[in-house]
Amino acid sequence: MRLQNVCDRWLPWAAGCGMIIALYCIFLVAPTERDQGIVQRIFYFHVSSAWTAFIAFGTVAFTSGCYLWSGKERYDQVAQSAAEVGVLFCSFVLITGPIWAKPIWGTYWQWDPRLTQTLILWTIYVSYLMLRAFGGRDDLVRRWAAVLGIFGVIGIPIIIVSVRLLPGIHPAVLMTKEGTSGLPDPRMRLALYVTAFAFLLVFTWMVHLRTRLQRVADRIAMMQADLRAG
Amino acid sequence: MEFLGSLFAAYSVIWIGIFLYLLRLTRRTRQVEDEIEVLRKQAVGPR
Repeated sequence: MRLQNVCDRWLPWAAGCGMIIALYCIFLVAPTERDQGIVQRIFYFHVSSAWTAFIAFGTVAFTSGCYLWSGKERYDQVAQSAAEVGVLFCSFVLITGPIWAKPIWGTYWQWDPRLTQTLILWTIYVSYLMLRAFGGRDDLVRRWAAVLGIFGVIGIPIIIVSVRLLPGIHPAVLMTKEGTSGLPDPRMRLALYVTAFAFLLVFTWMVHLRTRLQRVADRIAMMQADLRAG
Repeated sequence: MEFLGSLFAAYSVIWIGIFLYLLRLTRRTRQVEDEIEVLRKQAVGPR
């Protein structure tokens, strides 16, 4: 059985089951946090969305590099698909964060280094998508988009280290500034890892669908151009 | 159960976002299928 058939048949089921198990872990396994109460459970989807967005943008950078190196269109198609799904997950981070922040910090938004860097990362990849949407199918556009896709990924390590190196109010997730764990209860860590894995499955499924669609759309565009040329 | 509304809002955003994106992909797939049909007709020509 080809990998594509396996993805078509099993990925939606794996992603769906993964999300159900994640919800079970979040609401029935992980305990309620003592200080923040039930609203802390936003954390599991918020952080998993952030990690998925990082993986998506990492995929954009890697496949863009492969495209620049080899010129093979299939890498560019994966990069475009991963960028679209990455922007979706990064949007989840930027929406769920303020919803969580309001009851805890008393404000929806603070110009904290990590928050600001995440917003910058989001705008870079939105620019990437706009370039792809309005630039057409020209090879030069693809190459410039690939450069932007690689450039944008620099923001990810900055976001990760900014919470430790720069002053701000955003908490560290797995390890605090003092070096202790941000999640003292192992059931909380379990819920986080299960949710992150479920999100990874959803991401893989979405990118698979989107890439296949892009492949067919590119082929149609080529056929239309051939028909016009006679 | 303080801030239950915030929890509900955050989870709803993600579920609705995933659903809408998948819906968009389905619609786009249908469009592409229609384009293939048009191309097939053009390639075969009028009967």
